[in-house]
Amino acid sequence: MLNIGMSIPRLDARKKVSGLEKYAADFYGLDFVWAGVKRAGIPHARIRGIEIESAKKIPGVINVLTCRDVKGSNRQGVVRKDEPVLADDRVRHCGDAVALVIAEDKMALSRALEQIIPDYDPIPGVFDPEEALKTEAPLVHEDNPEKNLLMKGFLSTGCAENAFNECDAVVEACFEVPFQEHAYLETEAGWALLNKDDRLEIVVSTQTPFRDRAEVSEAIGIEEEKIRIIAPYCGGAFGGKDGVTVQSLLALAALCCPERPVKMWWGREESFISSAKRHMARLYYRLGAKSDGKFHALEARIYYDTGPYDHLGGVVMALGLEHAGGAYRIPNTDLKAWSVYTNNPVGGPFRGFGVVQVTAAMEQMVDMLAVELAIDPVELRLRNALGKGDKNPIGVTMSGSTGIEECLATLKGNPLWEDREKWKSKAGSFKRRGAGMTSVMQGMGYGPVVPDVANAKIELTEGGKFRVFCGVVDMGQGNATTYAQIACEVLGQDIRDMELVLPDTSKTLPSGSASASRTTYTFGNALIGAAEILKERILKCANRVFMNGEGSDIALIPGGVRNIPSGQEISLSEIAGLLGNSERLAVSRFQAPVSTETPAEDPILRVYGVPHVIFSFGAHAAFIEVDELTGRIEVVKYITVTDCGRIINPQLFEQQMQGGVAQGIGYALMEDFVTERGFVNTPDLATYIIPTAMDMPDMDSITVDAYEPTGPFGLKGAGEVACNGPLPAIANALADACGIRVLRSPLTPERVLAEMNKEK
Amino acid sequence: MKISFILNGTETCIDVAPDKRVIDVLREDLCLTGTKEACGSGECGACTVIADGETRLSCLMLAAQLEGRNLVTIEGLGSEKSLHPVQEAFMEHGAVQCGFCTPGMVLSAVALLKKNPGPSREEIRKGISGNLCRCTGYQKIVDAISEAAVKMGRPDK
Ligand code: FES
Ligand code: FES
Repeated sequence: MLNIGMSIPRLDARKKVSGLEKYAADFYGLDFVWAGVKRAGIPHARIRGIEIESAKKIPGVINVLTCRDVKGSNRQGVVRKDEPVLADDRVRHCGDAVALVIAEDKMALSRALEQIIPDYDPIPGVFDPEEALKTEAPLVHEDNPEKNLLMKGFLSTGCAENAFNECDAVVEACFEVPFQEHAYLETEAGWALLNKDDRLEIVVSTQTPFRDRAEVSEAIGIEEEKIRIIAPYCGGAFGGKDGVTVQSLLALAALCCPERPVKMWWGREESFISSAKRHMARLYYRLGAKSDGKFHALEARIYYDTGPYDHLGGVVMALGLEHAGGAYRIPNTDLKAWSVYTNNPVGGPFRGFGVVQVTAAMEQMVDMLAVELAIDPVELRLRNALGKGDKNPIGVTMSGSTGIEECLATLKGNPLWEDREKWKSKAGSFKRRGAGMTSVMQGMGYGPVVPDVANAKIELTEGGKFRVFCGVVDMGQGNATTYAQIACEVLGQDIRDMELVLPDTSKTLPSGSASASRTTYTFGNALIGAAEILKERILKCANRVFMNGEGSDIALIPGGVRNIPSGQEISLSEIAGLLGNSERLAVSRFQAPVSTETPAEDPILRVYGVPHVIFSFGAHAAFIEVDELTGRIEVVKYITVTDCGRIINPQLFEQQMQGGVAQGIGYALMEDFVTERGFVNTPDLATYIIPTAMDMPDMDSITVDAYEPTGPFGLKGAGEVACNGPLPAIANALADACGIRVLRSPLTPERVLAEMNKEK
Repeated sequence: MKISFILNGTETCIDVAPDKRVIDVLREDLCLTGTKEACGSGECGACTVIADGETRLSCLMLAAQLEGRNLVTIEGLGSEKSLHPVQEAFMEHGAVQCGFCTPGMVLSAVALLKKNPGPSREEIRKGISGNLCRCTGYQKIVDAISEAAVKMGRPDK
């Protein structure tokens, strides 16, 4: 029976298509109450006071809470805990939570929210990351010794300054990329209950149940042991639920109405205004090469706008910095990045985690250089592509599987790519066609210091089936199904005999976040370990039954164990009966390998995750048609060639590629989270446009034959790498079609048209 | 107010405020949480239901408008054991990821195939363009609907 490499439809699909899967948003419960949040509505102000008494008097209102009611630290955050659960003396962006209302029904809730009027003393804000670094800029956190700087990182190799003088061609540009909203369909939602025995149960749409528990405990002041977090399948997350959203607020609400379920579900507008975004960034790049096309020097200055709170903004910056030079050998680099506080929306984790921004800049630079040198863009990349054992642009040795060259070579030989000139020549009237490509890469896991650990648990049930306790959330990637596949493979079972227990701090073991392209790699490895232990126990037990000596020829078969020489069989339910309860359970821990190199003078970057050892790679191509009259870009076809190691489930893998490309195409062409001096101009799906079925091309998801020796069955993470490609591939295709560069994305029709007119 | 209508094939009578949104009636009063809300303002299609054969957005529909209607929600399309061919195709072709858009998407597809049993890929894309999906990039959804159309067109199947 084949499991690994098979396109097994995900196990959750049946319940999801039937409408029966229960998401966090689907919990109501008997006699439940609603909780809702009063948002700041102003980007920067001191709070003189908040009038809540009249809201409290509204019939149906149970309570109104402010920061004074928070017993714990009232601070949230993963690295720097700088975000209040409920604002104390200040608000720092429009989405800050200033008061919490608990009410019997939605009507009373919304009346109370309207009735609460905070008394603000507005203070000047700062809305641009470079402005924010100037000495006279208003301070977002008055107590931050580094003013508006959250975190900076400098990495270099060789001597870039001198090296630029030795180059035969140098290109230079400044790129700007916007905030991007996750726009998961399930907005932030959860349900909480304070039980009779004072235990707090929270069901929530989250990527990080175990970390949430610690955060809620500290912020609200409840012992961690008293909190249970249950994480059902998420209705999308993409990084936006990496960290606390409704959790602490729900906990506060539940504490003031014991034994009654509390429900919170942010509306779309509330979600857009208060949730984290992909960081806006401005990137100054200079890249130089010798006449043979060998990259020789790179300089980058990168500013990430992290909004008012850390929210992993330092770690995002560090990963971006690490990837700033792409998948190339560049002997002389000088890379600097800053993550800066402003009064804009909160910047945070979003699929790609800082890498999307730098890839957009670097890969356009490479194409600009290709034009300058008159070398084919694929060829130029091939001449510089990293191989195993090479030092990357931050001077770290590539020690994991490194398939970028294979990806580029495969794209080069792809018939569509080979025939692109013919395809381009067939453009209709007033249309221009172009083909563009890019390399992509994405590091996996937490980096060298924060332990990247998963703990897997698997049980042989009394009925002779297997129960996999998933430690990492499935937010839609399908990793839970892959876990079942992995366990099947080790135990020789049928996927139908697998049962999944979703993350629950009372049932499953801590295994880190569903993020960083690590979910299947890290947990999958732990699960292989646990399944092997259980397998050994089962075989040992069967051996006793068969009265065989050690080392006899017996095998697990679906539902049982067979003594191969005699053909005698015993069922797994019988084995389960013979094993003790504790023997039916196996656990195993896996910690991802780390790099021992320290690339920077500043060792703090290691704590922030630099450097990684395992990367996924890819080469993408976009085929576009530009309307000369409107400037509208249509992506007609998109190709991804990817090295994610060995693919365990091709269907799930393709889903990751196609979904990542879709978010990337949105980012490239239309998604622009617009703010004006901190006020949000795009608070809904009518103003913030994401791709519909009409905006998406058909995509080819090609893989190269690859294997990562440390991965479960050879796999590497596939969740993020694809979303890095579309913006640079499309921008390069636009340059190919029209000879223009729109340095500020998204590449909207207006911007394309304006640039085309300049050319005329 | 008492409202009578057919819900997933069953005569139903409920007593709710006439201006309550249908999505809330379904989710809160009737425990049918398969109908999802993702915007509440007619922009995403997650709350799609079928009323008298036509797709409707239940976040924009009020309870009073249910009177006398024949309403189908995702729960009434097929059962978990015996799925509707469109549901089956979504499952088989990997058209489901997080699944939050799926109920609305499936119902839009069913309505589309009723009007146009043999749609081209372009027609499918157009037909589901009112349903947003943030996970899939739509390709496998289009694949699934094409496949369902073929299967449903074959009477022997
Ligand atoms: S919830 Fe009704 S259209 Fe979005
Ligand atoms: S599957 Fe997640 S929104 Fe469509």
